[in-house]
Amino acid sequence: MTDLPNVIETEALTRRFGDFVAVNSISFQVKAGEIFGFLGANGAGKTTAMRILCGLLSPTSGKARVAGYDVYTESESIKQQIGYMSQKFSLYENLTVRENIRFFGGIYGLSAAEQKRKSDELITRLGLSHEANKLVGSLPIGWRQKISFSTALLHQPKIVFLDEPTGGVDPITRRQFRDMIYETAHSGISIFVTTHYMDEAEYCDRVSIMVDGAIAALDTPDRLKQQFVANSMDSVFLQLARHARRNE
Amino acid sequence: MPAISVNNIIKTYDKGNILALDKVSFDVQQGELFGLIGADGAGKTTLFRLLTTLLLPDSGTAQVLGFDTVKDFWAIRKIVGYMPGKFALYQDLSIIENLEFFATVFNTTIAQNYHLIEDIYVQIAPFKDRLAGKLSGGMKQKLALCCALIHEPKVLLLDEPTTGVDPVSRKEFWDMLDRLRARGITIVVSTPYMDEALRCDRIALIQKGRILDIDTVEGILAKYPKRLYAVRSENMFRLLSDLRQYSQTDTCFAFGEYLHLSLKNGEADAPATEAYLQSRQHAQLSFKPVAPTIEDAFIELMQAQ
Repeated sequence: MTDLPNVIETEALTRRFGDFVAVNSISFQVKAGEIFGFLGANGAGKTTAMRILCGLLSPTSGKARVAGYDVYTESESIKQQIGYMSQKFSLYENLTVRENIRFFGGIYGLSAAEQKRKSDELITRLGLSHEANKLVGSLPIGWRQKISFSTALLHQPKIVFLDEPTGGVDPITRRQFRDMIYETAHSGISIFVTTHYMDEAEYCDRVSIMVDGAIAALDTPDRLKQQFVANSMDSVFLQLARHARRNE
Repeated sequence: MPAISVNNIIKTYDKGNILALDKVSFDVQQGELFGLIGADGAGKTTLFRLLTTLLLPDSGTAQVLGFDTVKDFWAIRKIVGYMPGKFALYQDLSIIENLEFFATVFNTTIAQNYHLIEDIYVQIAPFKDRLAGKLSGGMKQKLALCCALIHEPKVLLLDEPTTGVDPVSRKEFWDMLDRLRARGITIVVSTPYMDEALRCDRIALIQKGRILDIDTVEGILAKYPKRLYAVRSENMFRLLSDLRQYSQTDTCFAFGEYLHLSLKNGEADAPATEAYLQSRQHAQLSFKPVAPTIEDAFIELMQAQ
């Protein structure tokens, strides 16, 4: 994986709000096709960092490039190269499956013909032919997650940001979703994921853990466990985050 | 007398079209820390709302410390403390005003029961004049627990208190529950996090309104019927595809850093499976027996349904 290009590069990336340093000089890279876990306690600065990388917020200082574009000057180009999915907001419940897919296709700049082709293709691939004209609100949460993830990939982004993607679903559905993540990463799209499930951190290629705005550790789950003499990522996380000064 | 007794409860919504609870029965003993483990839509919140007398069952009965949830609802409301899944305190009252309000409603004072909330309250006391609506998630959770405890309930019902909370705060919260249990309070807590089952005396695994099993964690794991293997290699995606296609594979799911694999003929298939993976040239292959986790057991019970 070492010879693949970087999709995210940051150097001393910092964001202040007044006197408060939300993100404090973080430096890291994410490679093409990598599953990158971005962990931290509530209030550690994850959301602020993620908003910068999605082109929604300017940093105060430092450098960052996402999909080759600069976060200060090319944030609109970044938005076209990324996908985003969150547990909190995913799809319009009072639109049908097909309407949602076409809507997001339109937002991501696909032509009408492409929207139609892509939505047909996606509905077939997800095995949702019978549900295509049903309201999304009537579908189980696990299906909604799969549709939501797939719509975030419609425009073939270089990287997809998953913000707490799998809360509240049963263990089989969680694993089906994980299979989709593996498959997507295998196709060369990078996955940038935040989660409070520490077992989800175990399947990431690399994991960073933020404490009080800084990156306190960054490595493969195996090496982090060796370094902290821990048998799980949960234990690594607790050792690092327990002494955080900031509490949300 | 059990602290809680639920007998064959059926509850539907939408004129019978949605079956929320399907003949659910279980007991919780006094002083027990009992976990309801299940995903969104399993029926956990419906159960809490029945036990707190806020909903009526279609059929079946439930008792809390011997009081019937329909007939004796007034007695039950005095002895249970309830922390709903959604933050339900007054957002435009401060921390201390919320707490005083709940104490007054139950005809008591903060001073009288301060010993019960002290460990938790000291953590939010520096912000006691801040409006509840302006608190962080972790602080709201602590305030809600204080308000649920201020009338010295015998039974504490906590609906997904740790959802969306980071692992450090989750651990602290469960430590608090241990201390409350040590005071003799019966606690029923629901959670979608399977690993939290390990903190409970007994658990009920719930899926789509039905109880899949009720037991101690050890009891549930002891009943797990299959031989499981933990498998990993350098390329986990290819490993998963290869195992899913393999003729002797029974189930194969990603579990943390490993795949958990069960085989159609159990141990008898293991040597051939390992040879098959070697023939597929997986680098750094690791193949070893592994004990099931509570999630393996949950998946097995879901598939058996």
